[in-house]
Amino acid sequence: MSKIKAENVNVYYGSKQALFDVSIDIAEKEVTALIGPSGCGKSTFLRCLNRMNDVIEICRVEGSIKMDNLELNSRKLDVVRLRENVGMVFQKPNPFPKTIYENVAYGPTIHGIAQSKEEMDQIVETSLKKAALWNEVKDRLDEIGTGLSGGQQQRLCIARAISVSPEVILMDEPCSALDPIATAQIEELIDDLKKEVTIVIVTHSMSQAARVSQKTGFFHLGKLIEFGPTDKIFKNPDNQQTQDYITGRFG
Amino acid sequence: MNLILVTFIILLAFTSYYFGRKKALVIQSSQRLTALPKFYGYYLAAWCAAPALIIFALWSVFEPSIVKTFILQDYTDQNLTKNELQLIYTKVKALAAGTYTGNITNFLDESANKYIQLKGIANSAKVAIILAILIFSLSFAYRSVQKNDRMREPVEIFLKWVLFVASLGAVLVTIGIVFSLLFEAIRFFQAVKIFDFIFGTHWYPAKTFVRDGQPDPELMKDAFGAVPLFAGTFFIAFIAMCVAIPIGLLSGIYLSEYAGRGVRKYAKPIIEILAGIPTVVYGFFAALTVGPFVKEIGNAMGLEVSAESALAAGAVMGVMIIPFISSLSDDVMTAVPQSLRDGSYAMGATKSETVKKVIFPAALPGIVGSILLAVSRAIGETMIVVMASGLAANLTMNPLESTSTITAQIVVILIGDQQFGDPKTQSAFALGISLFIVTLFLNVIALSVVKKYREKYE
Repeated sequence: MSKIKAENVNVYYGSKQALFDVSIDIAEKEVTALIGPSGCGKSTFLRCLNRMNDVIEICRVEGSIKMDNLELNSRKLDVVRLRENVGMVFQKPNPFPKTIYENVAYGPTIHGIAQSKEEMDQIVETSLKKAALWNEVKDRLDEIGTGLSGGQQQRLCIARAISVSPEVILMDEPCSALDPIATAQIEELIDDLKKEVTIVIVTHSMSQAARVSQKTGFFHLGKLIEFGPTDKIFKNPDNQQTQDYITGRFG
Repeated sequence: MNLILVTFIILLAFTSYYFGRKKALVIQSSQRLTALPKFYGYYLAAWCAAPALIIFALWSVFEPSIVKTFILQDYTDQNLTKNELQLIYTKVKALAAGTYTGNITNFLDESANKYIQLKGIANSAKVAIILAILIFSLSFAYRSVQKNDRMREPVEIFLKWVLFVASLGAVLVTIGIVFSLLFEAIRFFQAVKIFDFIFGTHWYPAKTFVRDGQPDPELMKDAFGAVPLFAGTFFIAFIAMCVAIPIGLLSGIYLSEYAGRGVRKYAKPIIEILAGIPTVVYGFFAALTVGPFVKEIGNAMGLEVSAESALAAGAVMGVMIIPFISSLSDDVMTAVPQSLRDGSYAMGATKSETVKKVIFPAALPGIVGSILLAVSRAIGETMIVVMASGLAANLTMNPLESTSTITAQIVVILIGDQQFGDPKTQSAFALGISLFIVTLFLNVIALSVVKKYREKYE
């Protein structure tokens, strides 16, 4: 079932066009990987899905992006509601310089989700457990989040993202700053999470895309070159450029 | 004479720089250079200028006292006091320069002639010695250049010493100032008990003035109580911070988080201009505009307001301090990484929630630092208070009355005629050192807070 449907999305940074007529269907409760060389527009596209491009003054988005029939690219959209539903994990772990507990409780607090202290404790615990971090931090929830290791920080950011029970999580190269062991932990986590959430992940690692995703989209120079089941993209792509990129001939 | 000599040394140094560089190019044709050609030039120039200038400086420092010793040798058998000897020496110098108008005794005339003679010898000797040093050091350096010795290291070491001497100078001056404050303050505290100074509630130094002889110790006891001044200082600083902190912080937040690039580009320099206005301008603004304005409003409301109220001075001082707080807090908030903002926005936080819950707490140590720096600025501010808040040291907590500060009292004490040994004059040093201790303390706290903040993101 389709969760997000993008049609003819064009993005401009000032006068420079970054995305050209991207149309894509992202299926519910699956992992969709976006791959492509640096500067190909995959992160730009990802940031359209939770309107993070609003932060960039010169950025302009055209086209239609629908999530469950709600038009995302509309002035009338309540961005706060949208971002409550669409969480995001960034390339560099960016926990707030607050305690581990406060980091996870941040979203539920600003959206008024928890009614009581007990409920909040419960949300924090569940989120940290889902992010496979609970056992490592349960005795030091009042320590500063930035004091954790890189991999732990990234899992803390994932816990923060899932604390408001979003339907979609966007991941922008979540493992590029991590070592192989931490990467494996995050990938395992992605596998668990997809039972409940739709995940869109931008990655530079083709093996990672192959390992975690069900669908893969290949971007090049701002265009979506090919999109389909991961198996097919990696074993038998239709497009020569995709074939070249996958086999490491360019990019 | 001295000017010619120094100009000659400097010109010679420049010439030897070019000469050294040229020599290096000549050496280059036959062997590999040990450094870039310009280092050969620097090497020669440094050897040319440094020894000669050092000797010149030392000579200039010691020559007068040596000459003085020679002159005053003739007077040692007359049992004169130090002050009298000094007077004689001044007379001799004046006579030698032709500006003496008093009685000329034979003895004085002789001394003056001797003085002129000595000066002449000293001058010729100086020129001869410096020329000799120039020749010696230049030929030594030239030999090294010719041998193609290593050039880079000596030049770097020389530069290191130049920088060291410059910093040493700055440090020594600071220490000198602190100690002169300290010694005068100690002399003051010999006349007035430190307890009376710190805890006394009555400041009226003028009443200790006695035309001749020593002032009454009982009067001293009650005239130098600094409590009204400390109270006034902190009170006016407090009023200033009540104005500056809210406006400064809010405009800092606006500039760093809300203002578009265009607004920020113009608004920030304009706010910083406030810091560039001379304080004396703020002073008469406070005295002539704000003070009477406050008085009129107060009178209209049936309150009794002094034309020189603490409120007017504090408010204007607050305006002066706004840019310190807004600019510094803008800087520290802008320095909060964009990734934290992204993280907060991506959670669905609004701009104000992001500022309140992420940016502001993350920048708080830096903001506290900027506020502490602003407070120490407010405490040290003089001109506005002198002009707008009056000079009578009232112990009051009423912002509509006139009060005075430590800085303003120092001004009052030191303008006009004063006797140096007088406790009234020395009290300025005691006030100065207490002010210094307070602001030093605040600055140390501020800097350590700011430093702690810097470590956080590294």
